[in-house]
Amino acid sequence: MTATTLEDADRRKAWGFAAPALLWTLAFFVVPFLFMAAMSLWKREGREIVRVWNLDNYLRVFSESALLQGLVNSLEITVIVTVLSVLLAYPLAWIIAERVPKGFQRMALILAILPFWTSYVVRSYSWLLVLSKNGVINQMLTGLGLIAEPLEIASTRTATVIGFVHFFVMLLTLTIYSNLIQLSPNYRRAAADLGANAFQTFWHVVLPLTLPGIMTGAFLTFVLCIGDYVTPQILGGNNELVLPQIIMLQLGRRADFPMAAALSIILMLAVTAAYVLCARWLKIERA
Amino acid sequence: MLRRILVSGVSWAYLALVYAFIFLPVAVLVLFSFQDGRLPVPPFNGFSTQWYEAVFVDRKLMAALGNSMLVAISSSVVSCVLGFLAAYSLARYKLPGSALQRGLLIAPMTVSYLIIALGLLALLNALHMPLSLLTVGIGHVVINLPLCFAIIYASMGDHQINIERAARDLGASDFKVMTLVTAPMLMPSILAAFFLSVTFSWDEFIIAFLLSRFDVTLPVEIWSMLRSGLNPKTNAIGSLVFLASVALLLILEFSLFGRTKKQ
Repeated sequence: MTATTLEDADRRKAWGFAAPALLWTLAFFVVPFLFMAAMSLWKREGREIVRVWNLDNYLRVFSESALLQGLVNSLEITVIVTVLSVLLAYPLAWIIAERVPKGFQRMALILAILPFWTSYVVRSYSWLLVLSKNGVINQMLTGLGLIAEPLEIASTRTATVIGFVHFFVMLLTLTIYSNLIQLSPNYRRAAADLGANAFQTFWHVVLPLTLPGIMTGAFLTFVLCIGDYVTPQILGGNNELVLPQIIMLQLGRRADFPMAAALSIILMLAVTAAYVLCARWLKIERA
Repeated sequence: MLRRILVSGVSWAYLALVYAFIFLPVAVLVLFSFQDGRLPVPPFNGFSTQWYEAVFVDRKLMAALGNSMLVAISSSVVSCVLGFLAAYSLARYKLPGSALQRGLLIAPMTVSYLIIALGLLALLNALHMPLSLLTVGIGHVVINLPLCFAIIYASMGDHQINIERAARDLGASDFKVMTLVTAPMLMPSILAAFFLSVTFSWDEFIIAFLLSRFDVTLPVEIWSMLRSGLNPKTNAIGSLVFLASVALLLILEFSLFGRTKKQ
């Protein structure tokens, strides 16, 4: 039995304990969110917000090419980043789980996620040191005589993708590794006994069994990547704006809060769509 | 045999390459924080600690450091206390709609920080509430409460119920049971929740950026330093934060790890 039978006094007490957290979430999460959702249906006139219910903001997102392009850029970059990160992280997690001696695995994992502990803003900045016109990569390549002119990597989509992939490889290595070491070696033995070679065992046994770990990590990557403003702003610059950058522009120069709200709702719908696509693999475990 | 050597060779080469990719920016960051010159890019002119000195005499940066600590610690304490109380209530009493309550408490985890920040900003503006470190702290509790609740709730097993019952039979009040029996039993997960929220709050940018005005946290102050372009001083403060976090991580790793070993 998890719970005792409830007397009135007990019920009051239970509500009393849960109330502060519930009220906090209602007041500072649910209410602001509903307010923002309502605001996305209002419009801006001059610097005033007019409470006239309309769908103009949403219609404008899909008719103004600059806004629509932001959504497309966001989705493209997020998908590229998610796929690249999984492709890079899976072999790394596999090598740590299979090739690195047991006693050193914890060490190898801690090393692999050490740069997590730089501040998020600083991490993007340090990629700028590597990728900028007079940065490490360009000076190295020109020094070796491989290129005559420095490459323009900073302030492009490539730089944004590199910065993101760096962060998410670390995250995905963690989720995939923890999935890999939970696999009982018996599965692999059984596959080998039944005549599967190493590749067949991996493709038909290990990979499907680690799919939940991959999908959990990929979903996290998608959510964090599509909602991030810092990395595209520092590394991508103003060339190919993504949705969060456009949202921030609405707030700043244009003071168009209703538009920012509408774009945020669209951002959230994209995340929800990703969740629905991944849901069958996502196991959120409760004790 | 040859194939084995080949496979393991490729494995180790891959490992080395990905580690190089992971460490490259951090290594460059730290190396050029010691740059003797105005640009944190090659060539490396020589070793100097002038930029660290510049960091420590920068009043705004030091104030932001203090603000960050204040916000991180206080918002994490609030998140842990609220999360613990809610977990206690939901794990020990069967309230109507408890699945809905759990869902509500976890919900902020699934929404981008940018959207949480925008919602709060819209509401605060509409209510004409001024932005301050307090509003940043409120936002950070919103993102950390689900985390603290989930971690503490997951560790509240049924096996602790009997100990709590025993305490109650011996005349302990609810408050005493919670503070003297339940909380100490759950201390490892409460501490884990606390340190995780401190880390998240400490490093959080967008909520702190949108919900603060005059007093800002460290990530926001570093952000405004970026406007001046590449600067070894930014390297120095970045390296300091990194080294401090790694030191904290190692202390936690050895103290918590040591404890679980003993048990």
